[in-house]
Amino acid sequence: MNPLLPIALLAVLTAAGCASDPQMRDGVLIDDPYEAANRRVHAFNKGVDAHVVGPVANRLKGDGADAGPAPQPGDPIGPVRMMANAGRNLSLPGKALNGLLQGRPGNAGMNALRFATNTTVGLGGLFDPAADSFGWTERDTDFGETLAVWGAPEGAYLELPLIGPSTLRDTAGRVVDIAIDPLGQVLDAPERRAAFALRVGAKATDRARFGDTIDGILQGSADSYAQTRLIWLMNRRHELGEESADIDPYGDDAVIDPYE
Amino acid sequence: MNDRRGFLGLIASGAALVAAPAWALDSNGARALIDRSLAEVYAVINSGKAPAQMYRDFEAIFARHADVDVIARSAMGPVARQIDAAQFAVYKAAFQGYIGRKYGKRFREFIGSRIEVTGARPLKSFYAVSSVAYLNGRAPMEVEWHVSDKSGRDLFFNIIIEGVNMLASERAEIAAMLARRGGDVAALTADLQQAG
Repeated sequence: MNPLLPIALLAVLTAAGCASDPQMRDGVLIDDPYEAANRRVHAFNKGVDAHVVGPVANRLKGDGADAGPAPQPGDPIGPVRMMANAGRNLSLPGKALNGLLQGRPGNAGMNALRFATNTTVGLGGLFDPAADSFGWTERDTDFGETLAVWGAPEGAYLELPLIGPSTLRDTAGRVVDIAIDPLGQVLDAPERRAAFALRVGAKATDRARFGDTIDGILQGSADSYAQTRLIWLMNRRHELGEESADIDPYGDDAVIDPYE
Repeated sequence: MNDRRGFLGLIASGAALVAAPAWALDSNGARALIDRSLAEVYAVINSGKAPAQMYRDFEAIFARHADVDVIARSAMGPVARQIDAAQFAVYKAAFQGYIGRKYGKRFREFIGSRIEVTGARPLKSFYAVSSVAYLNGRAPMEVEWHVSDKSGRDLFFNIIIEGVNMLASERAEIAAMLARRGGDVAALTADLQQAG
């Protein structure tokens, strides 16, 4: 793990530094020098989603992930929700560590507290008493955000096989997240595989919950690649608290100002 | 470039001052518009009507409280300059229906939810109204509304949900739809009448 970290960092910093040709498109800065390759990966991901992930997620949907109106905090939860809880719980030590690396001890403490509570009182993370009883909600983060806090540039847009939209910085972050995951240090190989499966399962329930939105973009858009890229970049930059341009259609060169 | 725009902006704001009507937009007005729009949207969501009827109701709310003209124009980009008024009017009507259906289809996510308006502030030449959406089983989402009175009425022209800018997203979508039709606006309009 020790030699990997500086190498990954060096790679992302140099690669992101020589980003080729960022352009303003639709009011958003897009740096996509690998567009041709990205589009091939997108076609593959779209196929996987249509034939595997989507149908599985839609079957999960019946069970607690999105069932019925307004589930109340006291309602019993189904096995799918438990799997999602357990999967998310396993990501908390890594998130706590990233909080520390970002100089945000409050967020780190909240995630650590959640992990300690849900792993014990929550029966290995199947239940979420940290949020339900104490109001301790997750502070979502990753090493990609840590790199952003440290000032690494975003780098080129990438669409990764199976994983989906990313950037050079976030891809490096994912690699480092696996390397520095505190859980990885204490689990043996079969346990790591089980933990990985649970985390993939948790992602599948997210897909079920946001199913209509994802279907709408992937199947309903005239250019689902461009639409995915744009929406993902805008949302990611917002998450990281990075600057975005505010479109003013009244003063925009590309638009006739009908009020002048 | 920026300087020139700033200078023109100065002239424009001077002109606006001279012509300033008594009802000029302020934070309270912008906030009131969004409060009213949200109340109408939730009335439709909770009405229990058939989805197709709800989409028409959403479209009517959009037409009433949003600056559809400037949104449709901005979504089309430079091409909007090259078409005549009649062609634009047909496209704009199709665009309005498309927005009503596309965003209206998401109504189920909002059953049992609430959106709280949290504040309003001046931004550039318009106002930004911030709100938080509380949807079932999800972390609260930040929703920002951009409101302008440049049409002569207080209307919103953009919605930004967790950083995702509706105007930017529709610009990309309409550009892709237009490219697919080789730049034929009539064919784009026909597609929009079915899309969403």
